[in-house]
Amino acid sequence: MEFWRVPFDAQTIQVSQGVVHIIEDRCKGCGYCIEFCPRHILAFSSRFNKKGYHPPEVLQPEGCVNCHYCEIICPEFAIYSVEVPQPPGG
Amino acid sequence: MSQAVARHEASAAAVPDHPLEDLIRSDRIPHIWCPGCGIGTAFAATLSAMKGCGLDLATLCMVSGIGCSGRAAGYVKLDSFHTTHGRAIPFATGLKLGNPKLNVVVFSGDGDLFAIGGNHFIHAARRNIPLTVICLNNLNYGMTGGQAAATTPYLARTTTTPAGNHEAPFNLPLLAWASGASFVARWTILHIRELTECIQKAFLKNGFSFIEVLGPCPINYGRRNKEKPLQTLKLYQEQTIIRNHADPSDLEIDFKKKVVLGEFVDKERSTCIENYDKTCRLM
Repeated sequence: MEFWRVPFDAQTIQVSQGVVHIIEDRCKGCGYCIEFCPRHILAFSSRFNKKGYHPPEVLQPEGCVNCHYCEIICPEFAIYSVEVPQPPGG
Repeated sequence: MSQAVARHEASAAAVPDHPLEDLIRSDRIPHIWCPGCGIGTAFAATLSAMKGCGLDLATLCMVSGIGCSGRAAGYVKLDSFHTTHGRAIPFATGLKLGNPKLNVVVFSGDGDLFAIGGNHFIHAARRNIPLTVICLNNLNYGMTGGQAAATTPYLARTTTTPAGNHEAPFNLPLLAWASGASFVARWTILHIRELTECIQKAFLKNGFSFIEVLGPCPINYGRRNKEKPLQTLKLYQEQTIIRNHADPSDLEIDFKKKVVLGEFVDKERSTCIENYDKTCRLM
């Protein structure tokens, strides 16, 4: 992760990792998750879902830090993230 | 065959469900709310607060009136009640008085709670009936086509005020405070973590709690006021300021100045049920 000024405890803090799951047919393409993702890892895909909207897709899956913001701002219950278990000591 | 079933089950287990899947009626999703509507987010925040507050879900029930936000009662997989227009609070009062062990949540819109149901709101707050009232304020009558409501800001354009609204809107937290509510707060759908925490607090509060949630109505309000849903959220980001325990008379919604968010009132007052037991029941 890039820092403007590296925090003193950056070495000891473990950044969690998440996997984003998207239920594409629920999406109505409002774009809130894309706009407000703090890591900017989401974007509109070019394909259509069942309702004719462009659902989001994950551009950089390794960038997700499992903050759940996309999950809580989504009005459609269509996107959520799940934590990747960290290897112990790693 | 059994191997295929096992593989299918394994792949189904590999993708976990949405964390709120057990609280929504998934067969009714996608819901009727428009793309970019704020009700879905406020509804999801209410559901996660229900999950996180530690109360027994069997004691929670949701009551809604009529309007877009009124549909919430039909999407929640708990005991819920979709009532007549403006009468969400009277039905909820009946539920609470009939079975005081219930935790009753009223989830409705500004038109339902403050225009047709305004009188019920002020009297429930005056009596301090232990309810949690969550009002999704989208600044107009969304479901009927975007007419000017009691909360439409001065000079805002709606179908019935094409030249700009000439009326002054209600200041909802001030109204709740003046009527005697024990817990009053305001958040927007962008401040979801604060909102969820605040709803949890309100669930655990013994008394009338009121939370106003500002949410965009992109189709009926935003379109006529040149606001795309993302622009409305940008307004929520840039033109709001969090000030807990602010003076309720400073809480006008005017996005040209800063809109004040936060928890404004949190006080203890004896509730309707306690007072009734003290005076009318010999205990």
